[in-house]
Parts: sequence; C-alpha cells; structure tokens
Amino acid sequence: MTTTAAPPQAPAATEPPVHKPSLRKRLIPYWLLLPGILWLLVFFVLPMVYQASTSVQTGSLEEGFKVTWHFGTYWDAFTEYYPQFLRSLLYAGTATALCLLLGYPLAYLIAFKAGRWRNLLLVLVIAPFFTSFLIRTLAWKTILADGGPVVGVLNSIGFLDVTSWLGMTEGDRVLATPLAVVCGLTYNFLPFMILPLYSSLERIDTRLHEAAGDLYARPATVFRKVTFPLSMPGVVSGTLLTFIPASGDYVNAELLGSTDTRMIGNVIQSQYLRILDYPTAAALSFILMAIVLIMVTIYIRRAGTEDLV
Amino acid sequence: MRNPVTWLRRNLVVIAGLGTLAYMILPNVVVTVFSFNNPTGRFNYAWQEFSLDAWKDPCGVADMCGSLSLSLQIALWSTLVATALGTAIAFALVRYRFRARGAVNSLIFLPMAMPEIVMAASLLALFLNMGIQLGFWTILIAHIMFCLSFVVAAVKARVLSMDPRLEEAARDLYAGPVQTFVRVTLPIAAPGIAAGALLSFALSFDDFIITNFNSGNTVTFPMFVWGSAQRGTPVQINVIGTAMFVIAVLVVLAGQMVGNRRKKAQPK
Repeated sequence: MTTTAAPPQAPAATEPPVHKPSLRKRLIPYWLLLPGILWLLVFFVLPMVYQASTSVQTGSLEEGFKVTWHFGTYWDAFTEYYPQFLRSLLYAGTATALCLLLGYPLAYLIAFKAGRWRNLLLVLVIAPFFTSFLIRTLAWKTILADGGPVVGVLNSIGFLDVTSWLGMTEGDRVLATPLAVVCGLTYNFLPFMILPLYSSLERIDTRLHEAAGDLYARPATVFRKVTFPLSMPGVVSGTLLTFIPASGDYVNAELLGSTDTRMIGNVIQSQYLRILDYPTAAALSFILMAIVLIMVTIYIRRAGTEDLV
Repeated sequence: MRNPVTWLRRNLVVIAGLGTLAYMILPNVVVTVFSFNNPTGRFNYAWQEFSLDAWKDPCGVADMCGSLSLSLQIALWSTLVATALGTAIAFALVRYRFRARGAVNSLIFLPMAMPEIVMAASLLALFLNMGIQLGFWTILIAHIMFCLSFVVAAVKARVLSMDPRLEEAARDLYAGPVQTFVRVTLPIAAPGIAAGALLSFALSFDDFIITNFNSGNTVTFPMFVWGSAQRGTPVQINVIGTAMFVIAVLVVLAGQMVGNRRKKAQPK
C-alpha cells in the first residue's frame, strides 16, 4: 500500500502553501466548544423551555399539570404580586446606587492612592467571597440589633428620624425594616461593584490627570471631565453586576426583613418550594427575567457601551 | 494639618474609601468575635461571655462538618469541570473565526445577565418534568452550569491580551503544536485560568439560591447555615466563617507573593 501511494509532502514542497485550512483544522473550534456549549444548551436553555411550558400549564399537584396554554397565569401573577416586583426594583435600585456611591471612593483609592497597600486592600475586597455570605449576612442581625450601639448612634444623630419619615425604618428599630434589607443588599453586592470599577480605573493613564492639571483644571473638574467618563465601562458593568442579582435576591429580605419587606424572590421561592404552585412560580420568574432584560438592554443602549463582554 | 478643612478635602477619597472598607470588614469582625462567645439559648446574636469551647470542638454540631465536606467536594468537582470546559470555549472564541461565534458569545453572556433565581427555578422545572431525583448530582450539574460563564470571561480576558508572536516564535523554533501549547500557550494563559478556577470555586462553595432550589434533601454548608438561621445558630458556624476568612486571606496573599517574585525574577 505504501509503495503505491505518492508521498503527500512532495507536491506541497513545490507548490505555494494553500491558505484554505484543512477540514480537520476548521473543525477544531467546534470540538473545543462542543462539551461546554452542550452543557449550557441542556442545563440552561432547555430548562428555560421547560419553565416556559410550566408557566402555561394548569392543574394541581394531585391531578397533575397539563399544558393548556393558559396565559392568564401571567396576568394573575403580575396583578397579585406587583407590589413585590416594585419593591424588588426599588430595593435593588437603591442598593445599586449606594454601592456605586460607597464603592467608587474605595476603587479610586486602590487604583490611584494605595501604593504598596494596593494588594492588601484588594485582598480585603476579595476575601469576603470566600467566607460564606450567609454567615456574614447573619452577622448583620447582631450589628443592627435593637438597642445595639449602631442603632443607638444612628438614633442620636437623628438619622433614624429621617429614615422613619422616608418610611425606611419604624421608630428606633432598624432590623426587620426596609433599611436593614437595603443595607444587607448593599453589603452583599459591594465587591461586584468595586472590582469592575477598579479594573477600569486602573487602566487610566495617570498622565491624563497631569495633563488636565497642567491645563488648570481643578481636581473636581479633572474627575468630572476625565476620570469619571473614562471609568464608564466599569460603572456600567458594576451597576449591572449589582442590580441584576440584587433584584432576584431573597436571602437579605428573609434574614434581615419582615413580611412587609418581601421581595419577588421570596414569592418565587415560596411558590416553588412551599406552596408548590408551579405555573404561577414559573410565570413570576419569567416576568422578572423579562423586566430585568428589558431594563438592562435600555441601560446598555443609553450608556453606549457595547464592549461589555 | 494646619487647616483641618483643607486637610479633610484633600483626603476625602482616602477617608471615604477606608469607610467603605470598614463597612465591608465589620461583619467579618463580628463573626470572629462571636466565635469566642458562649451564648445562652439557641441563637448566637447577643454577646454573653468569652469561651474557647467552639474552637476546641469545631465539629461538635451534628451534620455541620458533613455539610462542609459535601460543599468542598461539590466546589472541587464543579471547578475542575467548569474550568476545563470554560477554558476550551475561551480559546475557541479568541483564537478562531467561525460561524455562530456571535450566538455562542451571547449564550455565554446570558447566565451572567440573569437573576440567579430565574436559572434556579428553570432548572428545577427541568428536573421535576424529567422526574430526576434531586441531590448531589443535580447540585453539581447546576454549579458547573453557572460557573462556566465566569471561567470563560476570566480566561478570555487573559488570552485576548496574549501576544500571538510568542507562539509563532515557538513554532519557528520547531516546537510542534502540542509542545507549543504546553510550554508556551498554557503558562501564559495560566493566571487567567487560575483566576477562573478560583472564582468558580468560591461561587460554587458559597452558592445558596440555586442550591436551595435543586438540592432536595441534600444539605450543603450554605444550606446548613440557612437552616440554622431558623432553628438556632451554633457558635461553630462562626468558627468555620472565621477560619475561611483567614485561609482565604493567606492563600491570596501567598499567591500574590509568588506572582511578585516571578515578576521580579523576569528580566525586563
């Protein structure tokens, strides 16, 4: 066999190299993608299809559920639970704003002013990822306890009068009020805000600051006209990474809040795991997904950053 | 320091930044302090008296250390699988031009742009419809699914910033494709892969929402903590929390020291 077949290398040596890659080479990316994409198709896309079908089923646990294309479930679920939807968006929005407000100075500090402390500060931002967030959220129960030092200080400086007036606290209590839930949400998602902010601030060439200073811009102007616009990619991805998970969270509302602070996540969780009303639960989670995706799309369009991923 | 107002204005960023850091560290401090508490009653929310009991006997609570080791196993396996699959996807996306590239990119991005509870609920819908028994395997499947996107993002960022001329140079020096990959490509991509692996380990170990939906009667460590918030929180939970924080800080610091030493060893 080998004697009759012409050696394949011989003509290639005389001819110029062909630029069209062989079929085997062209298939390489598909082989690389196959296992991971298959995983996502089976365990991410297919579940969505199943949930879609669940949301248009009717029936009960005893008699079984059947697909009846009953879209009324969506309307009923939305009209019954719109306060929880609104509350989720309000809490998540407030927490995101607070994260940006609190996270920006720290990211700025680490990126520009930390010097040799930079690594230590970064570690302190990342380390909470490795301590169970549930344990840390429970710690807030101790921190915000009735009659504790934190509540005492907030009360004596009149902070609680303001938040009571805003309807975020009741009397001299913080625990089991909206303020506690927002505080927990802000705390839990701060690292997701700080890390993208830091990585976009770190990329800024500090000579731009010097140039702005040379052109007689005051520090506040330098920040407003140079630093902040250049950090926009970090602001956008940070706010998304905070807002999206916060809007679906139910842990903070459950551990730090009361029945008056239930978010949509709490409703979906109890519909799925306690009440076992699967169609309503599926419809609720699709409505949440739709709201979030629509808001995110509008936000990305308006912020004008396409290169997020 | 002569004019306190000027001083305050000049150091506003530092003060605000350190304030945020204090806000972030405060719960960890509380967790540590309360690991030395000797509580009366079922809950460990109020300080009673100093005690080393919990540290002497960290596994003294029924089922806690079992849930801890289960969480570690799941985190380990999902990190291994997600890192392998995610790294392959990242290389395919950065290094090759092929059809459906945009679609693949969006498919990778979607799990990160969706509230966790939506994925958790839809997976449960799948498992319920298929009649699959909830437990170890369903948790593992779910964790690999949501870790995958984060690995792809981390590895992609690193591979994008790689200089392709280094690989060309290796090939010019007669390194075969396998040798080039193992001796040049992989070492350069390693920090990205390590970051992805570390992230997926942390995400999997700490995940509560998706696990809560898909675990059935299996109890991971976050599930144990969640249950204890209703039944009563043993001090040992604070011991584990403190130990995890200390270990994490040490591991990350050690990693950075190795990185710094390598950087110094490299000639300019």
